[in-house]
Amino acid sequence: MKGRNTVLLIAIVILALIAIYIILPNSPGLHIELGPIKIDRDFEIRQGLDLQGGLQVLLEADLPADEELDAGALDQAATIIGNRVNALGVVEPLVQTQGSRRIIVELPGVQDPDVAIATIQETSLLEFIDAGYEFLPLGTTVQTTYPFLWSEGATTSDLAPGEVLPTPSSQAPLTATTPLSSTEGLTLEVPSVITGAEVSEPVPTPVPTEPAAPTRVYATVLTGQHLKSANPYRDPNTGQFGVDLELTEEGTAIFADFTTQHADYDQSPFYYLSIALDKEIVSSPHIVNPIPEGRAQISGDFSLEEVDRLAIQLRYGALPVPLRVETIRTIGPTLGQDSVQSSIQAGTVGLVIVLLFMLIYYRMPGLLADLALIFYGLLNLAVYEAGWPVLLLISLLMIFSYLMDREDVWPLLLGSGLLILTFVFATAGFAGVTLTLPAITGFILSTGMAVDANILVFERMKEELRAGRSLESAMEAGFSRAWTSIRDSNISTLITCGILYYFGSTFGAGAVRGFAITLALGVVINMFTAITVTRTFMRMAFRWLGEKLKTNKFLLGA
Amino acid sequence: MFSIVEKRHWYFLLSALIIIPGLVAMIYSIVVFGSPVKLSIDFTGGALLELRFDRPVQPAQVRQVFVENEYLGTTVQTTSDDQTVLIRSKTMDPADKERIIGELETQFGPVEELRFESVGPAVGAEVTRTAAVAVAVAALFILAFIIFAFRKVPKAFRYGVCAIAAMIHDILVTVGLFSLAGLLLNWEADALFLTAVLTVIGFSVQDTIVVFDRIRENIPRRRGEPYETIVNRSLLETIHRSLATQLNAIFVLIALLIFGGATMKQFVAVLLVGLMSGTYSSIFNAVPLLVVWETGKLIGRPRRATA
Repeated sequence: MKGRNTVLLIAIVILALIAIYIILPNSPGLHIELGPIKIDRDFEIRQGLDLQGGLQVLLEADLPADEELDAGALDQAATIIGNRVNALGVVEPLVQTQGSRRIIVELPGVQDPDVAIATIQETSLLEFIDAGYEFLPLGTTVQTTYPFLWSEGATTSDLAPGEVLPTPSSQAPLTATTPLSSTEGLTLEVPSVITGAEVSEPVPTPVPTEPAAPTRVYATVLTGQHLKSANPYRDPNTGQFGVDLELTEEGTAIFADFTTQHADYDQSPFYYLSIALDKEIVSSPHIVNPIPEGRAQISGDFSLEEVDRLAIQLRYGALPVPLRVETIRTIGPTLGQDSVQSSIQAGTVGLVIVLLFMLIYYRMPGLLADLALIFYGLLNLAVYEAGWPVLLLISLLMIFSYLMDREDVWPLLLGSGLLILTFVFATAGFAGVTLTLPAITGFILSTGMAVDANILVFERMKEELRAGRSLESAMEAGFSRAWTSIRDSNISTLITCGILYYFGSTFGAGAVRGFAITLALGVVINMFTAITVTRTFMRMAFRWLGEKLKTNKFLLGA
Repeated sequence: MFSIVEKRHWYFLLSALIIIPGLVAMIYSIVVFGSPVKLSIDFTGGALLELRFDRPVQPAQVRQVFVENEYLGTTVQTTSDDQTVLIRSKTMDPADKERIIGELETQFGPVEELRFESVGPAVGAEVTRTAAVAVAVAALFILAFIIFAFRKVPKAFRYGVCAIAAMIHDILVTVGLFSLAGLLLNWEADALFLTAVLTVIGFSVQDTIVVFDRIRENIPRRRGEPYETIVNRSLLETIHRSLATQLNAIFVLIALLIFGGATMKQFVAVLLVGLMSGTYSSIFNAVPLLVVWETGKLIGRPRRATA
């Protein structure tokens, strides 16, 4: 058994070294490429919003409570917002759906929260632009004359670099339009070249355009404001899907003018009235006939999903669901930085006091418990930075300790349980714990509670010694008899953490959850370090110093 | 052998002395504010804005700007110094906030926005509901756990009930004192307060379990001794450990209170009070209650020590 104890000790030291490697401020991280295995991880502490400063917004679907919301629509909205947020240049933004009607957006370190909010909230700009005889492929980014409209005199023109777009006041007044004659409900036909698959989800991404050649600026004919509704339909004859558009009064008038002027009657060359969302082309139909009554249809080789999506996008801008800001929190960076400093201070002071207390009150066993406590701290920090791999190592060590010393079954159970949890976390992508103030408080508190297990053992040990047991057997008895108390009391803490976690998740704020996570993590790791690790240390100490201790009860803390 | 449980009537009295002011404060709060503790915007909905100006400002003047912008029920107060103000109002639209800050800058000079929170009323109501559920669930779970852990002991149900009684004692002490602080120091209960209360519940039971565990162990070992004596012995055996653990937690919490971030101070204070109450209630409430239940006597009779 003594030899096995040494092996276990070595394993513990190795894990400690790994943890230190992970925690070091300028840790080089883990970058390996071994054939198919490629690991590229940097180890650093993730700071939450309240430490970094930043913005947290809770968006809620702005629909009547009883109106059903398509789950896909909310996900879509989240994706679109995610793209918009990316354009802001925020490092590590978070956009997540919550439940069936909410989206959480967290932007750490964002410099200008108000700009961010405006970007998130605004509905996208829908434009019908005068593309002339030019067919604009999907996804093309265009510049438009918006807010200067065609009805105010804007025209599609080519600007040389540096040339300024003419404004309404400098343009000549519009020429009279030809009177409307046709009354047929005519369709804007989309050339069949564009198949349904090409009408992909238009995602507004910023494309930096640095024109060296003259830029074509397209006149905006209609905007989303002129659109009254857009609905998908199915042609009973052809079986094709399309989108049915209805325009407002003002829109109808403008549309009638424009289509009358530029109808191509389905003869080449086609005249295109392209549709753009946030300056990106989603559709380029050409005008077959004049359309006087403000109804038009976009038809083509679409699937049902595509027309559904297009209709929603046309109705709401790029957001398939109208969203309103339900909750918003901004933290200025100075407040955050102060908190970090004070947390570190508080943690250090607290830890030192605990270490001293154990040393003074229990002397030699106290010193060993202190070492175990430091190891405990290292492990926790390593988990915060590296995530599930460290949990994996810890669980393996627990199982290993059982194998080394077949006395207690519980390290095996605990280790196996942790192993299963690790796989769950690994698949969920648990890469580390984001530290918020409550999370740090949870960690510091768990450090204070961590010695509880040690105290239980040492007190029991003293009792056994007083009852006349020998040194070694008193120690072993101390550990095994105290275990049931430790287990039961820690389980009640874990139950509390579980409830706190549940409470935190409905609240939509990471704060409460952070506390629950660090506390729970601390409890689990502590069950291991306080017992197995301390016992390993003590066995080692007794082997080397046993004789001296037997004569010097004081050093033993009795 | 020193008898702790003998003096139990004193402990109950002490507990009552601490709880009653808190209870009074809570009742007063309910009557005046509609809730036992002052609630922050997390529960009620509303907006919180903290601004730092470049020079001292008069809260009343700042408030005027809000009133003019249709935010009528706004309160403004200075916090850490004359230049920093904390503004509470109804739920604020970010666009409105922009505009108002612009006006404030025109009137008072440069302004730095330290933090801004606005919670919609729907979310606030939801949080309140979840909070109530969380506390109820916590109590249920823990009761179930205790009954399970002590199932082999005769009359296991009593242990569960006494532990819950101690837990309720801790909740009353914590919430009661917080209510007082709300009335006197304007402390508001936010999500963190609830976290602290739930944590106190968890730890309160932890302490109780350790003592009950020892009693459970001693009962078969000391047959023939009256219950009161066994319990007393168990208490004395565990008191070292309880105090030592308690001290460590208190050290850490006091360090956090003194050095920790300002936003955490209330949270840590609640934890501190709760934890101390937790240990006290485990030793001086839960266990004596067990004895009362068993013996039917509220006031202990001094017994001659049996060796």
